[in-house]
Order: sequence, then structure tokens, then C-alpha cells
Amino acid sequence: MSTTALYRRRRIANFVYLGISLLTVLFGLFWLVWILWTLFAQGLGAINLTMFTQTTPPPGSAGGLANAIFGSLLMSLLATLIGTPVGILAGTYVAEYGRRGWLAPATRFINDILLSAPSIVIGLFVYAVYVANIKHFSGWAGTFALALIVIPVVLKTTENMLRLVPDTMREAAAALGAPQWIVISSVTLRAARSGIMTGILLAVARISGETAPLLFTALNNQFWSTNMDAPMANLPVVIFQFAMSPYEDWQTLAWGGALLITLTVLALNIVARVVFAQKSSNS
Amino acid sequence: METTAHTAPPASKIKVSQLNFFYGSYQALTDIDLNIAEKHITAFIGPSGCGKSTLLRTFNRMYDLYPGHRATGEIMLNNNNILDPRQDVIALRAKVGMVFQKPTPFPMSIYENIAFGVKLYERLSSGEMDERVEWALRKAALWDEVKNKLRQSGLSLSGGQQQRLCIARAVAVKPEVLLLDEPTSALDPISTAKIEELVNELKADYTIAIVTHNMQQAARVSDFTAYMYLGKLIEFDITDKIFINPGRKETEDYITGRFG
Repeated sequence: MSTTALYRRRRIANFVYLGISLLTVLFGLFWLVWILWTLFAQGLGAINLTMFTQTTPPPGSAGGLANAIFGSLLMSLLATLIGTPVGILAGTYVAEYGRRGWLAPATRFINDILLSAPSIVIGLFVYAVYVANIKHFSGWAGTFALALIVIPVVLKTTENMLRLVPDTMREAAAALGAPQWIVISSVTLRAARSGIMTGILLAVARISGETAPLLFTALNNQFWSTNMDAPMANLPVVIFQFAMSPYEDWQTLAWGGALLITLTVLALNIVARVVFAQKSSNS
Repeated sequence: METTAHTAPPASKIKVSQLNFFYGSYQALTDIDLNIAEKHITAFIGPSGCGKSTLLRTFNRMYDLYPGHRATGEIMLNNNNILDPRQDVIALRAKVGMVFQKPTPFPMSIYENIAFGVKLYERLSSGEMDERVEWALRKAALWDEVKNKLRQSGLSLSGGQQQRLCIARAVAVKPEVLLLDEPTSALDPISTAKIEELVNELKADYTIAIVTHNMQQAARVSDFTAYMYLGKLIEFDITDKIFINPGRKETEDYITGRFG
């Protein structure tokens, strides 16, 4: 008698918890779907060949986003090329060499702060130490700001992925007589490689939408420019300016750019998942 | 086997005297004295935490990897005290190979797993390396199972095959001593039987020390057995003597399962 009562109570509790969990999932998904829906509805019409071939127009005339797309690609690429090696090497130090002493825990702590620092702080920092000194905005300044965002992300993922490699693997390599640098370079980094790749892709996804650090550094350029020492157009700042403007054709371009960034980030995330799933299942 | 051991005691490969081991301030081994016979199998048994793995890991200075771990006393290998701070641990580990409880194939191909250790010490042509890899895999009784998939990942093998791969990897660098730390505890009975058979064959060329929780295994494969308890060596003798007529009450209690 009492067992059936207990059983019924558990069933009800289970039903209630399951219901609450499902509702919160639906709540979260609702907003996400709404955002994506609006983005597609407003932006899809703006995506056409002109967007990729023409530069940003003055209000009232036809144009595209070619200079902004190019600037974003170039600065993101350079920032990744600068930030990735630094992040991987520093993450390796923290995870592998930093078992004794205070430097690794201190680095980890500071990195965690940097990781969660508002990106506008990074932009202001580069503005203060670089832009203010050379007295003009530049593509390099934007690249440095983005690289400063890449480093903590890559450092953290590298460290976490290396920590997932079991110590028995390190012991096995050391037991064969391998010195530490060989253990790290050919065994542990290799075991962690797909996770580190994922971290890099996620860092790229992160910087491809950053606006605040570029406002203070690369600013914008309405012309086609490949000069890294001059202000450089980029999608986030163009979106920011065009979306705030009263001109309808600018607003349409802003929606198109926003959709483009979203699709890029989505593609990077999918690639990251596929890379991680493949590598972790067969090696 | 025990008759040869009785008539002419085999030469000692490793001589341990007054060995103490500390994890920080905790003393894990106390005044260990024992000799490990060359080209014989010595088994270490005892309850969990008795220090048998700790003892094994002093023979290749594995504890060097961790801060705060230290050993005092003397371990002579080829008349050379390996606990001496001036001992080159890389040279030591070339002579003393180790196989762990869980199979630990590296994230690379079967071939590269074997070649990894060899490349640390020798520069071989690719033909010589091919021969060495085959030789090591044959020694570990794995060649026939993997000869057609040497380029596949070592992680694609079954647990028992992975463990034999680890033995092949240790054998490939041609060590003098093989340390086996519970090599079959993660394996099924058929894989265990294969490894035991293999260990018995390897005895012809190598000095083997094996830690095991399985007393039947110690009785089946070893020539000498050491019973350890609470960081001390309680009894050390010919395996048959330990299992048939142990000299100490504690040993008998442990072997017969009356322990605790």
C-alpha cells in the first residue's frame, strides 16, 4: 500500500521535473529561433553578388560589403595566426611544465580574467598603448586587439585538453626514456590535437563577431583598402554604423552583414564539432 | 625451476638494500632488502596500498616525474646505484622497461608506437626499423594479428592486443629488465592467459618483475615471490615455498584468504 503511494509520488515528481526542464528548453529555443528568423527574414534579401563585389556605398546609392568582408577576413586571419601559437605554447606550459612553482597557477588565474574581460576593455587597451601613440586607427591595431582575444581562448582549451590526457600516457612515454619535450611534442599534444583544433575554431568564431575592440582600433574605412597601417573596414563596425543610420539601404546591408557573420560562425561551429567527433572516435 | 634455484642460486640483476620511499612526508616503503634474480620472474603480492607498485616504480625512477617523491637507500643495477642523483634516468629507462596496469598505446599508428622508443636511442634505416618492429611484435606474440594493419591507430586494437602492443614497445628498445605493473588486471581471462604465456617466454632473455593482485597468477608465472604489507617486505622466497609452505603466519593468512 505504502509502496504504491511512494511509487505514485515518484512518478509525479519525475513528471514535474521533466516538464520544468522541457519548458526551460523551449523558452531558450524560442528566443534563439526568433532571432534567427528575424535575421533570415531581414538579411536574406540583402545577400547577393553585389554584396561581395562592391564596396560600402554612400547613402542612397547601390553598393556592397566587399571592403568590410575583406577587412574582417584579413584581420581575423592575422589575429588567429598571431594568437594561436602563443595560446598553444602558453597552454602547454601551464598544463605540462607548470606542476611545480607559482608561475603556472598565476598564469592560469590571469588568463581566466582575460578570458572573461569585456572585449571593450581590450579595445581601449590597444587604443591607449598603440592607436594613441601612432595617432591614427589601423588594421594592425584591430589585429592586435583580436589576437588578445584569441590568446586566452586557445590557452584555456589547450590546457584543458592536455589535462584530459591521462598521466599514464605521460608515464608510459617517460618509461621508454623519452625526455619531457618529446613526451609533450609527440605524445600528449598529439593526443590533444583535435580538442586544440576545436578551440582554435571556436576562437575564430568568437572574434569574427567582435565589435567593441574594433571600434577603438581599426575603426572603419568606406573605401577598398589593403593597407594594414590605415583604418580598415570590417563587418561588425559596418553593421553597427549602418544599422544605426536612418537610411533604409544601409539598414538592409547591415542585416545582410549580420546574417553573413552568423552563417560563418554557424559553419565554424559545425566544422569544429565534426573535427572533434571524428578525431576523438578514431584515434 | 625451483631445483635449479635450490642448487645454484641465480645471479642477482637488481640488489635492493635499505630502501625507504616517501610521498612527501608519508613513508610508503620501509627498509626493503631484496635481490631480483637475472632472467627469472619475481612476483610482488600483497593487499592494495602495501607498496608493491611503489617499489616497482623505484626500479626505473618513475617517481622522478612527481615533486615530493623521494627514495633513500641503494638499488644496484649492474653494480651501479640507480638512486644516485647523477644517474642518467634516460639511460636507466633504456635498460629497464615498464608496462602499466591500463594499456597505454600512444595516439599514433601501431608501427609508430613501436618505433617511438627505438628512435630515442638508435638511428636505424627504414629497412632496419621494419625488421625491429616485426621482431618486437613477434616477441609480444602480436605480429600475426597486426601485420596487415601496421599503419592503423594503436587505439583501434582490443584491450588485450593493446597491452601486448605495450609489451612489444617496451621490448623493442632491448631492455635488460621488464617491470610489469598489474599488466593483466584490466584484461579478460583469454588475454590474461596470452600475456602470462608471453611473460613466461620473455624470461629467457629478460629479468622480469611483476606486480599482481592475482595470487594464482603469481603462482603460475613466477620463480620468486615477495609478499609485502604496509610498506614492508614480509617474506621473500621461491614461489613454490611461499605458496606451499610459507615461513610466516601473515603470508599464509594472505595467501589462504584469511587476511583481515
